[in-house]
Amino acid sequence: MTTPALHVNDLRKTYGNGVEALKGISLTVQPGDFFALLGPNGAGKSTLIGILSSLVNASSGDAEVFGVSIHRNRSEAMRLIGLVPQEINFNQFEKPFDICVNQAGFYGIGRAEASERAEKYLKELRLWDKAHHQARMLSGGMKRRLMIARAMMNEPKLLILDEPTAGVDIEIRRSMWQFVSGINEAGTTVILTTHYLEEAEQLCRNIAIIDQGRIVQNTSMKSLLATLDVETFVLDVSGVPADMPSLPGVVLRALDDHTIEAEMSRSHDLNSLFAALSAHGVTVTSMRNKANRLEELFVRLVEHGRENAA
Amino acid sequence: MSASTNLVALGTIVRREIVRILRIWTQTLIPPAITMTLYFVIFGKLIGSRIGTMHGFTYMQYIVPGLVMMSIITNSYGNISSSFFGAKFGRFVEEMLVSPMPNWVILLGYVTGAVTRGVIVGALVLVIALFFTDLHVAHPVTTFLSVVLGATVFSLAGFVNAVFAKKFDDIALVPTFVLTPLTYLGGVFYSVDLLGEPWRSISLVNPILYMVNAFRFGVLGVSDVPIATAFVVMLVFVVGLSAVALRLLKRGVGLRS
Repeated sequence: MTTPALHVNDLRKTYGNGVEALKGISLTVQPGDFFALLGPNGAGKSTLIGILSSLVNASSGDAEVFGVSIHRNRSEAMRLIGLVPQEINFNQFEKPFDICVNQAGFYGIGRAEASERAEKYLKELRLWDKAHHQARMLSGGMKRRLMIARAMMNEPKLLILDEPTAGVDIEIRRSMWQFVSGINEAGTTVILTTHYLEEAEQLCRNIAIIDQGRIVQNTSMKSLLATLDVETFVLDVSGVPADMPSLPGVVLRALDDHTIEAEMSRSHDLNSLFAALSAHGVTVTSMRNKANRLEELFVRLVEHGRENAA
Repeated sequence: MSASTNLVALGTIVRREIVRILRIWTQTLIPPAITMTLYFVIFGKLIGSRIGTMHGFTYMQYIVPGLVMMSIITNSYGNISSSFFGAKFGRFVEEMLVSPMPNWVILLGYVTGAVTRGVIVGALVLVIALFFTDLHVAHPVTTFLSVVLGATVFSLAGFVNAVFAKKFDDIALVPTFVLTPLTYLGGVFYSVDLLGEPWRSISLVNPILYMVNAFRFGVLGVSDVPIATAFVVMLVFVVGLSAVALRLLKRGVGLRS
């Protein structure tokens, strides 16, 4: 049996002010996975990541990284983890090259090897031309990429990314995902938290949704998306007909003179919809999902969980 | 971590600290040199010439070891408290906390950096003192040990201060309200033998008195306290404060939530 990349067992955290951030989290991430850890703000994601990276003390429970307990053998477990935190946390007066080399030094990696790795990862993340400038001069996107380069200095087996693309423009975001996908394909297990659910849907194979300190869903991305029974499409049309076609299992609404919203069961085919619209003299010029599929499920799961809790 | 990887990690912190000290040399090295030059001019030359001798030395010669030790103490303390608190404030202390590095390596790295600044500043002040008076080091080994131990005690104290500090004001409080009064009353400018009872006995509870006198014994060969007692006091503080600092790091006080 393969040792999981991460095995979390009944992890609990109650802060000094009485806030119960984690109420018994258990989950398993397999080696090589690209795993999404999603949840609304304040759900407990960052607390969980904080405990895994030893920045937060757990109240009870344990976690093992490739079979190594973060409590009983912290030092060995930390050697296996790379962390990209949510907040910028490097010395802004240091240079990116020094930040990376120093980080490697904290892991006991000598300067010669650390310098080679720093050059490699700063180049891969397109930061090499800024390597010897003060870090405070970098743009927001560059600072985020620098934190990824720094997290790679110990060449971790498990890379944890806590909202790494927050506030980053689309081009840089894509280049970051390209890099992270590359290292995942090369064998590094990746755990990602993000509020951009489209990213999670595209990148991750498995998913856990956490809300109010509890896991409310933990499954494969495919299985989760398969549970979505209704989808809503937005159609751009040549003109909205005076009498809207009637189709069983489909609700059509005119949003304006050239836009129709179609809410339909996933079992319903699109051909009959197009045929019905065509019969009414409507030409569909383009169509898109009203919301990201994962987003719809996410909102539903979180709201459902809260209703049950109430 | 193995001994060799611990050594690399330790070297990384020490190197980073020394780079920091040298990068901001106008804040770390020049101000104490200027302050001490003023002390030498005012207390040593202008006022000191009217005081006469103390323990057989001119007043200028007598206060040089005290002022050098004062520079070492305040700069060691100031270096570690501002550097470690700065790392906490800027959150880059997390770079070390998420690494496999043991706590004692973090502590030793910061203490070594602070002692280094204390020693550099002490050497600078000593060189400046030579422009004002002649000095011959009577006991070089005692001088060296008293510098290292004195700087270590206050580096550890500064580290504990930085761990508890929540804002920059918190790291200024101790130097202002504790360190400065203790230094001025610790025999830097006078021999405690000049004080009548109970003030002489009260002075003996001031740890800085032992550091100043150990260093003065090393340089001039005279001391107000037994030299063995001075070293025992310093060692007790080193062991005690190290234990406190390591316990704070283990519990994550002020560092881990």
